[in-house]
Amino acid sequence: MCQSADDIRAAQRHWESETAKANPSCLEPVRNLSDRPVKIVYTPADLDGMDFTSDLGFPGEYPYTRGVHRDMYRGRPWTMRQFSGFGTARQTNQRYKMLLAAGQTGLSVAFDMPTLMGYDSDHERSQGEVGKCGVAVSSIDNMSTLFRDIPLDKVSTSMTINGPASVLFALYIAVAEAQGVGMAKLRGTIQNDILKEYIAQKSFIFPPAPSMRIITDIMSFAADLVPQWNTISISGYHIREAGSTALQELAFTLADGFAYVEAGMAAGIPVDTFAPRLSFFFDAHQEFFEEIAKFRAARRIWARRMKEKYKAADQRSWLLRFHTQTAGCSLTAEQPENNIVRTAFEALSAVLGGTQSLHTNSLDETHALPTEKAVIIALRTQQIIAHETGAASVIDPLAGSYYVEKLTNELEEGAEAYFERIDKLGGVLPAIEKGFFQREIHNAAYRYQIEVEEKKRIVVGLNEYVHGGKPEIPILYIDPEVEREQVAELAAEKGRRDGLAVRKALEEIRKAARGSANLMPRIIAAVKTHVTLGEIIGLLKTEFGEYQEPPIF
Amino acid sequence: MQERKIRILVAKPGLDGHDRGAKVVAAALRDAGMEVIYSGLHQTPEMIVETALQEDVDAVGLSILSGAHMTLFPKVRDLLAKNGAGHILLTGGGIIPDVDVDRLSGRDGIGRLFGPGTPSSAFVEYIKTEVAKRRAEKV
Repeated sequence: MCQSADDIRAAQRHWESETAKANPSCLEPVRNLSDRPVKIVYTPADLDGMDFTSDLGFPGEYPYTRGVHRDMYRGRPWTMRQFSGFGTARQTNQRYKMLLAAGQTGLSVAFDMPTLMGYDSDHERSQGEVGKCGVAVSSIDNMSTLFRDIPLDKVSTSMTINGPASVLFALYIAVAEAQGVGMAKLRGTIQNDILKEYIAQKSFIFPPAPSMRIITDIMSFAADLVPQWNTISISGYHIREAGSTALQELAFTLADGFAYVEAGMAAGIPVDTFAPRLSFFFDAHQEFFEEIAKFRAARRIWARRMKEKYKAADQRSWLLRFHTQTAGCSLTAEQPENNIVRTAFEALSAVLGGTQSLHTNSLDETHALPTEKAVIIALRTQQIIAHETGAASVIDPLAGSYYVEKLTNELEEGAEAYFERIDKLGGVLPAIEKGFFQREIHNAAYRYQIEVEEKKRIVVGLNEYVHGGKPEIPILYIDPEVEREQVAELAAEKGRRDGLAVRKALEEIRKAARGSANLMPRIIAAVKTHVTLGEIIGLLKTEFGEYQEPPIF
Repeated sequence: MQERKIRILVAKPGLDGHDRGAKVVAAALRDAGMEVIYSGLHQTPEMIVETALQEDVDAVGLSILSGAHMTLFPKVRDLLAKNGAGHILLTGGGIIPDVDVDRLSGRDGIGRLFGPGTPSSAFVEYIKTEVAKRRAEKV
């Protein structure tokens, strides 16, 4: 490549005029899934000024555009981690054993709505929701059943839990201890990303300030005692699923990440003690190349800011490690078998983007939680990518693609522009209070819906290539008996407790909540005496208050 | 006399926080000329029915993606009836398996339920037709 960018541009202008003779409209930019204009062809001129060493470099080296590991998938394949949970802890425990036997390499717990919102299964507000969209866990007995016969020193576990993350983390630690596994050996992740709850997922409990205090308590506790644990999984997934574009997902997620870094530093925790345990979670949507560019841009932005702005000195603080889930919102209820194909493309983009772990959605998830067969197909999709496509052999194989590099640069620039807007609003929390993220996401979601309805965007089987009739697929059905069984077991467990120990443990939590002592050791002590999730969260609600979102659309 | 605009409450019952669908539906109903009240999140059936009565709505649309539909739709229906508001159209949608749609939809007091991918024209037309029918019956 010795030609100058100007020479290439001149040649391209010539090519364009020749092409226009044949088909003038083909040169018009196309709007991609994220409403971003895409040209018909990209050239080295699009990358003018880019520097191999400082913008790309090598895998495992700053700025990590090409990946966080030197050996990448040659060293270890990504963790195949299917998000899973339904019914009782007993049923989910069986599903986990089945998945591990089928070659899954990590666990990922889906809790039901009451657990996510900090209610015990026997609470009035839990009626009809117990075990429905995840597994019900209210107590140490439930948690212990969930991991029965699964050695917690061997497996890594991700738990999607936010408002009540401290309690579920405490339960995991307590169950591991009962198995004889100390905290230092535990590997896994709690999502614990409250900012994106206010922004998109909306499973919030407390107002922002006490929520951030709980999070810094967890970060500080784990930095000392659970050093292999990822204390926050900063999540773009829910932002994207709520309707955002790829750029918004990237920008808002990283903005949240920087807000946690600033909160930790403000709480007096040195950045290099907690930043290496921050991890990320992204969506892999249908716009194939843009998704790959998004992952690459994310790594570069994080590394640059952590090093330059926050002055992190430990290289591990610069690494953006991430889990990916394929896009649930890209799946269709019609012709559900097509979802296997969508998921495969999305999963491939995550692998080409250098993900550390991956969940592939099942074909039936627009109808219900997945059946065993559907989950196995989804897992097999990952195994086919890993073993049959060759995609795992070469690190960052799309580097150098004019298009992918240009997209990566554009996404980085676009994210920086969003960071400036967020700063002008006063930061992430004030921007949440002003409804900025929520409005941005809603507008993108509504735009997409209109595009689909006007057939400006084709979704196969939905607005084109439609054939009538209802899909004939088996559906996982959650027996209402689950709720009765779970409520009865919880009542029995509560009946067996030492009432005095329970009251004392709760009192200790109350004292810590009112003062500045770390909540984590008190919560761990409490769950060991069979204090329940709902009791702890209920108490913290009386101390911290509850968050109410203004209903805007 | 000009006929009153259709007033509809779009509500999120239960603990489910997935509000993309509810908000997109609310915007589509607004753009179709209806007066839309959005309940906000984490509403109990009691709160929803109270709002429906206070706002004097013609229809209530529930959005449920958490699997609690078999409990929440009948609860709202029963509370509407108990409060003398059985004339209010109860409809909705979400992630609801077809077998449950068949068990709920069209049963006394519960109207049609719509799944993912439904074009807005489908539920807009349905609500217009149903509300017109109910208004005619009232006269």
